[in-house]
Amino acid sequence: MSGAEAFDSPGAYVKGEREIADKTLLHMRNVQKDFYGNRVLEDINFEMKRGEIIGLVGENGAGKSTLMNILFGMPVIRETGGYEGAVLIEGEEAHFRNPLDAIDAGIGMVHQEFFLIPSFTATENILLNRESSKYNILVEIFGERLRTLDRAAMRERAERAIRELGVDISPDTLVSDMPVSYRQFTEIAREIDREKMKILVLDEPTAVMTESETDTFLAAMKRLAAKGIGQIFISHRLREILDVCDRIVVLRDGRIIRDLPSSEADVRKIASWMVGRDVGDSSLRRVRKEETRPAILSVRNLRVDMPGEKVRNVSLEVRRGEIFGIGGLAGQGKLGIPNGVMGLHPSDGAVVFDGRTLRLNDPLESLRSGMAFISEDRRGVGLLIDESIALNIAFTAMQVQERFIAKIPGGVKWRDEQALRACAKEYIDRLEIRCTGPDQRVVELSGGNQQKICVAKVLAMSPKLLFASEPTRGIDIGAKRLVLEVLREFNERYGTTIVMTSSELQELRSICDRIAIVYEGKIAGILPSDAPLEEFGLLMLGTGAREGEPVHA
Amino acid sequence: MRKRFGRLVENVGWARVIIAAFLALLFAVAPLVGIRVDTSLSDTLLRVGMNGIMVLAMVPMIQSGCGLNFGLPLGVIAGLVGAVTSMEFNWTGFAGFFMAIVFAVPLAALLGFLYGLVLNRAKGDEMMIATYVGFSSVAFMCMMWLLLPYKNPLMLWGFGGTGLRTTISLEGFWLTVLDRFLSFRIGEFFFFPTGTILLFAFGCFLVWAFFRTKAGTAMTAAGSNAQFARANGVDIDRMRVLSVVLSTVLGAVGMVVYEQSYGFIQLYMGPFYMAFPAVAAILLGGATINRATIVNVVVGTFLFQGILTMTPSVINGILRTDMAEVIRIIVSNGMILYALTRKVQAKKR
Repeated sequence: MSGAEAFDSPGAYVKGEREIADKTLLHMRNVQKDFYGNRVLEDINFEMKRGEIIGLVGENGAGKSTLMNILFGMPVIRETGGYEGAVLIEGEEAHFRNPLDAIDAGIGMVHQEFFLIPSFTATENILLNRESSKYNILVEIFGERLRTLDRAAMRERAERAIRELGVDISPDTLVSDMPVSYRQFTEIAREIDREKMKILVLDEPTAVMTESETDTFLAAMKRLAAKGIGQIFISHRLREILDVCDRIVVLRDGRIIRDLPSSEADVRKIASWMVGRDVGDSSLRRVRKEETRPAILSVRNLRVDMPGEKVRNVSLEVRRGEIFGIGGLAGQGKLGIPNGVMGLHPSDGAVVFDGRTLRLNDPLESLRSGMAFISEDRRGVGLLIDESIALNIAFTAMQVQERFIAKIPGGVKWRDEQALRACAKEYIDRLEIRCTGPDQRVVELSGGNQQKICVAKVLAMSPKLLFASEPTRGIDIGAKRLVLEVLREFNERYGTTIVMTSSELQELRSICDRIAIVYEGKIAGILPSDAPLEEFGLLMLGTGAREGEPVHA
Repeated sequence: MRKRFGRLVENVGWARVIIAAFLALLFAVAPLVGIRVDTSLSDTLLRVGMNGIMVLAMVPMIQSGCGLNFGLPLGVIAGLVGAVTSMEFNWTGFAGFFMAIVFAVPLAALLGFLYGLVLNRAKGDEMMIATYVGFSSVAFMCMMWLLLPYKNPLMLWGFGGTGLRTTISLEGFWLTVLDRFLSFRIGEFFFFPTGTILLFAFGCFLVWAFFRTKAGTAMTAAGSNAQFARANGVDIDRMRVLSVVLSTVLGAVGMVVYEQSYGFIQLYMGPFYMAFPAVAAILLGGATINRATIVNVVVGTFLFQGILTMTPSVINGILRTDMAEVIRIIVSNGMILYALTRKVQAKKR
């Protein structure tokens, strides 16, 4: 490793090109990446010097994970056709075929989810597959794999790594007995123990930590930086980013929007850069309605236990006839709200719909009361993938409202195939669903057309209130526009109240009257959709209300 | 031409093409070893009628997501109890046959309900649990056949006079009443068991019709995508129990039909392996673990029973050894194995 040695003796630098290359630890040059013709990263250029901490921020889907997957040689990148441009490590172009190559080149990654063995101690986890060992006679017969573990040396190495982080974890604690934050530290200690470590990627490590643990952690990061390790720190907590990073790189829609020293940034600016462009498609934007309409749905102290989208305490009121948006970053709980009200995940609290108290945890009750739901999980919850288009569209209306049923004397509820097909045909025309006819199986359709089926399914119920969860996720621009237009049309023509959940703030702003932003399972604030972008950005990062910003309701 | 053939094979499925070709070959070879085709065809039809309803019994549970009904012996037992109870009262002819069904159905419904509750506690492992429910119910009944207070001497052990015999003849009661109903002959050797085939067809119609009703649609949805069904207000557990009840009742009726045609009521270990031929037949017909149609039932029963009828006569004629049992076991267990591996594949995708 000539590069590493060169760092240890700076005097050995040769002037000119070599010097620049050596000082730069990591250089991403014109990196681009397509996923199935969808450009997710475009023209990414940035450099990281030795001992530098770079804060990488951006909304969900901005391209952070993809970028880090490229750096770490994740197989998913190769499987989807590789990337363009070059990743240079210490001036040399790297071609990682898998994460092991990346580890060999001195790149470490601390993941959001833990890659630890619960029944092993901290020491064993930190040194897994890199244990110190001693000779014994079996080695002669069976080879190196049977060397004896040198427990004392291992313990010492683990202790050193832990000490470097500045935390107090006993090397002998089982991982399963540790609090979550300690597991995170153990994971980082494992990276530190690598002698060749040059670049460390930290993917939201502080998300599970308390405030004091976070402080310890940030201090540890600074200590590592002082040793010359370059770090990429991904976090949604902008204060931490500002606190610890030398430079901040803001990603949005696959592009680097800003790359600047952290001294020139503040929370407000970063937030507006992240949520970004206020151009968008405002043709759908509506004239706001008067705010005196009565509430059709009122939710009090709702808690929903939805894995990955926990709702902790949400109270809100949706007015009759409005389009109400729910936004926020992934994992903050915005999806839990519709899923909880519709009875799909265990919840408690008080929900009053259309003047009647709703029994929770009973999907049929929610449906019967006049609510309908477009699920964010299209294939999992939204569709009967192996059945025909006609059956999919009519199913809910048939089961809940007994429509599309021909009653035969004797109480037999016969499926009315003719009505079914007629209804399907109508929606195929209206929503421009591309298919061979009402009998085609849904599995054969494209994602966009499948989503249109989900929309048709709820429209066929003529609901009073419609929850649309990520109705445009993963579908192409044309379908996206059509879905939004149909929702809008439905709202205007029939006065259907719509509660739309989306990760894309721009989309919400283009169609909604008011938008609630969810942060850590609670409503951070509710704003009219034409409020300034940065206010939304601040709410999404949980900083708005705390600073006493004016929050409209 | 080749392309079209390829597509045809893909649509019909390799397993069916191979077995159908094999069956056709057997029919073609039969005259050469001195076996009449019309007799064979007649035998095959009779066996289709005998076994058809038990294969049909697989459909509701497959459709509701409970998998293959390896617990069919439970329904079979209800059918047996119905049969011996009907005999106990000395009903003969059609009355005997119908009373057997009348006694069997409520018992099957009750057992099916309890069986359904058990399966709802074992979501994901239904088939293994079902197998053991079937086996253990057979073992339990082995005791009960001895203890139940039946009095008709024709059914009891000759010595001692208590406990039911292993094999009870239906001679003089309702032997082949259904087979003979409206039956006709073509030539000397071809006999068409009209009544049995009609009842099978009627059963198929009822099941087909059920899956076109609101409840049937909900049941299909529960099996096809449980999350979807729940999100759309379907009570999945109820649908599953209902499907198990239907399966068990069909199994019981199927057993009574089987007995009248076969001529004997076989108690004790008789029901032990009843599930496997039915499971194999529906799989052979092209059903998967979570999707089955009436066409699957009819095609599968015909192919499977055709093989069973033809192999003993034809193969034995050629080889002069008894290969029938071996081929039956290979086909039925092979089919089950094949279907189970296909399930794993589908999951991976």
